[in-house]
Amino acid sequence: MSRTEIHPPASADQQPPPAAMRVKHAWTTRLWHWLTVLSLAILFMSGLNIFNAHPMLYWGSYGANYDQPWLVLERFPHWATIPGYYSLADARLWHFFFASLLAFTLLAFMIASLINRHVQRDLHIRKSEWAAQNIKRDLARHARFEFVGETPRKGYNWLQKISYILTIFILIPGMIFTGIAMSPAMDANWTWLLDVFGGRQSARSLHFIFAWSLFAFFLVHVALVLLTRPLMQLRGMISGGRKPVEERA
Amino acid sequence: MSDQPITRRKLLGSTAAVGSGLFLSGCDMLNENEAFRGVLRSATDLNFAVHRSLGSRAALAREFPISERSPFFRGNGTQAPDNPAYQAAIASDFAGWTLEARGLFDRPGRWTLDQLRAMPQRTQTTRHDCVEGWSAIGTWTGVPLHMLLDQAGIRRDARYIVFRCADVMGGGIPYYESIDMIDARHPQTIIAHRLNEEPLPVRNGAPLRLRVETQLGYKQAKYLQAIEAVASLEDIGQGKGGYWEDVANYAWYAGI
Repeated sequence: MSRTEIHPPASADQQPPPAAMRVKHAWTTRLWHWLTVLSLAILFMSGLNIFNAHPMLYWGSYGANYDQPWLVLERFPHWATIPGYYSLADARLWHFFFASLLAFTLLAFMIASLINRHVQRDLHIRKSEWAAQNIKRDLARHARFEFVGETPRKGYNWLQKISYILTIFILIPGMIFTGIAMSPAMDANWTWLLDVFGGRQSARSLHFIFAWSLFAFFLVHVALVLLTRPLMQLRGMISGGRKPVEERA
Repeated sequence: MSDQPITRRKLLGSTAAVGSGLFLSGCDMLNENEAFRGVLRSATDLNFAVHRSLGSRAALAREFPISERSPFFRGNGTQAPDNPAYQAAIASDFAGWTLEARGLFDRPGRWTLDQLRAMPQRTQTTRHDCVEGWSAIGTWTGVPLHMLLDQAGIRRDARYIVFRCADVMGGGIPYYESIDMIDARHPQTIIAHRLNEEPLPVRNGAPLRLRVETQLGYKQAKYLQAIEAVASLEDIGQGKGGYWEDVANYAWYAGI
């Protein structure tokens, strides 16, 4: 995909306009972003409904009422579940539909983002960024909330890149594969899944941990958007937004 | 209206609150909508189609060493059928119990427990996964179902095997389940009469139960009285192929 270059109107009321602008978020990124918001919201809430059927977690291959759980919880309240009452059968219908949507849109996004170079250009962490100095500076900036109210800069910083890479390449695929590992039919076909995750009940525990990690990501992500020109950011993720063309390294 | 200006923060906050309220009630409304449920179900149908077409139909579920068995194999669903016929069977130690082959068989008939025990046996230590999320590992011994189907002369027009059970569920309906011929002929699909080297306990389905190791617990019909070969599930119960499928909308394909 070629990059779209747009010259800003002369009356731009911001600082001196940069020479050239490009679309900040490609349409593939925007479409994937919002479909993933929808899928993850529904998967999380229908997942809580499914969890309520047996609100205990174990490590290993087996685990049931007479075994040793590592976590026992109260059932999640109905306002947090889909549907808004206990129905394991219906929650499973919702869960499996949106799981497929999540998985196939992620795959399409990954392929598109390699082709349009989103991964190489925006997410790839360059050698210089791995310098301890840079990482320390970035952590300190975040710790002091120095970014509040700032117009987001040209590229993502180290912490942003790490969070997005973790989410896109570890947490969401982790959700998908721990989910598949709970299917007895898939376990027969892909027995390696059981070895990778250490058994079906471990996969179920990791599924739960990854889900809450994604929820934590969601909270921080939304908080940071709210702290850094939220309407501009929201507009950017809907209509594409504009950002200056970065200098070539 | 107050004359306080609406701040961006307030606007975003109230939009989020109204939005999530609409989202939740919208989801519940959609959940009651038959057309939308059809859309949701398409994913389960797709999973079944993918498992059947891309997966190996004879792939074996993992078998575990005996050392990895659950210390206690819990029961679920019916754990002690209280109807008089079954109680009488317990009292006689299942002496008169038979398994009937009916429906699309050339040689329908019955097997006694002794006859079943005299047939070639398969023993497998496998993981049982309940739809609720828990798992238990146990060692099952029984007759491969395909041997029974062949012995009774299953007909070519049979497409499903329906399992008829002695436990009576809500509404006075005896439990029933069904699988297709691919799962029925799977090498690990057995009619089990032993669990962990002992005769099946009542809570786990005495004296006979189905084991179909690539599906969830509600397929593993207990207290088996008959296997019925049919061409279609339409006339079984309300037509969805199983008790929980009919009364509570569980998916017929329980491979996920």
